Amino acid sequence: MSEDTGPRLLAYGDRAVLVELSDAAAAVGWVDALRAATIKGIADLVPAARTVLVVGDGTVGIGALRRCLSEIEVAPERTLFTTDDAEVVEIGVRYDGPDLDDVAELTGMTRQQVVDTHTGATWRVAFGGFAPGFAYLVGGDDRLRVPRRETARTKVPAGAVGLAGEFSGIYPRESPGGWQLIGSTDKVMWDLERDPPALLRPGGAVRFVDAGASA
Amino acid sequence: MTVPVALEVVQAGPLALVEDLGRPGQAGIGVGRSGAADRGAFALGNRLVGNRETAAAVEITLGGFEAVARGGDLWFALTGAPAPVTMGGRQGAPRTLERLRDGQSLCLGTPAYGLRSYLAVRGGLDAAAVLGSRSTDVLSGLGPAPLSVGDTIDIGTDAADFPPIDHAPAPGRGDATVVLRVVRGPRDDWVEDADALVRTSWTISDRSNRIGMRLDGGSLPPATARADQQLPSEGAYRGAVQVPPGGEPVVFLADHPVTGGYPVVAVVVDADVDVAAQARPGEEVGFRWVRP
Repeated sequence: MSEDTGPRLLAYGDRAVLVELSDAAAAVGWVDALRAATIKGIADLVPAARTVLVVGDGTVGIGALRRCLSEIEVAPERTLFTTDDAEVVEIGVRYDGPDLDDVAELTGMTRQQVVDTHTGATWRVAFGGFAPGFAYLVGGDDRLRVPRRETARTKVPAGAVGLAGEFSGIYPRESPGGWQLIGSTDKVMWDLERDPPALLRPGGAVRFVDAGASA
Repeated sequence: MTVPVALEVVQAGPLALVEDLGRPGQAGIGVGRSGAADRGAFALGNRLVGNRETAAAVEITLGGFEAVARGGDLWFALTGAPAPVTMGGRQGAPRTLERLRDGQSLCLGTPAYGLRSYLAVRGGLDAAAVLGSRSTDVLSGLGPAPLSVGDTIDIGTDAADFPPIDHAPAPGRGDATVVLRVVRGPRDDWVEDADALVRTSWTISDRSNRIGMRLDGGSLPPATARADQQLPSEGAYRGAVQVPPGGEPVVFLADHPVTGGYPVVAVVVDADVDVAAQARPGEEVGFRWVRP
């Protein structure tokens, strides 16, 4: 990786470093490389849309942690689609979302082509946030990039499957939301009685399956 | 089975929560760390009563807490904000191993300074754990409900040997304004003049809580050069000084959101975050740049 495309390390107090990357896919690749490097002294990782916040546990000085992070190399042959060591979760979806027609129009595809494109990719969990159990999925077909709805819905049901920008995601509980809804699933995304409670975790892989009307 | 020793809450005061070391390592699924707001005071309490560091204690905001020992005697220590304490009417000392007899009432007054006191009980509080922690996270709602009148908390078995000391000296406290050390960045270029953070004498807002300490009395306006840009959400951490578009900074405390979309212009050094957690609404606070 050449100097100018490498991640930028930004100061974040005396316990953490904010690593800035070009996009969410690059952030997923960088987190994969960091996990593989098994660096000591890390308490928490917070991946987000363009950044990864690395929080130290205080056993290693921030200067030493920063040096370790600057030496992380993302193997060039390793891409977002190198999912062999990621657990793949299959999610059955009824593609009957209220915005499916809008998405078809925005992308210039038929409804069936939207479904085929959504189910055709292996998505990766880039990061969590918004609500416990909500996972931002990346790695889909670029043709599925659609803007958020102009006005957000005040109520999106749990299990709604949506698209926004480069992301796809599933609402873990009923909440307001502005994503384009293309379908719904019965999979429970967040369950405190389950260990771990989140079905999807950063680094994990997802394949959507067209469950017709029976999911 | 013997009936466990328990603490029955008679008065909860403004806010009494069960807290421990929190839930580290789960930010990726949208769960913040939470845990005791003043980690040093919390840890000292557990040390004085000989608990393991993972034992849960009561975090009491601005005193006013009263509880009775049920089913046996118990040992406790009070750390953090030095609220006056009595046991069955007898006066106790702060940062000291004390005994509460079965049926006696432990009574906390309002601390002369500081915001949060920790009541560590030998054995720890045996509240139900969620995701590996007994901490109440007021943002996500995870963990035990705030303590209220009539609640009975069983005392656990999270104890080891008693320590060789039974009292810790009081930390020095000047009357000067609290000055928190901050490291500049990562997004100091998203406000017009980040140095205004260290030039301003801020007042702690009464809208402050465990999520964040909100500051009034000045403003950090957004950088005009970035007026048409939006920062994608990024990870946040305890001590981060986040500046919403209104310009009034928020210092994130224990229950901060996992990610945030407003620029973090500076981050309070870890040791001073405990100091921030003890600063009261209405008090003045300043900042001083340091290198990490």
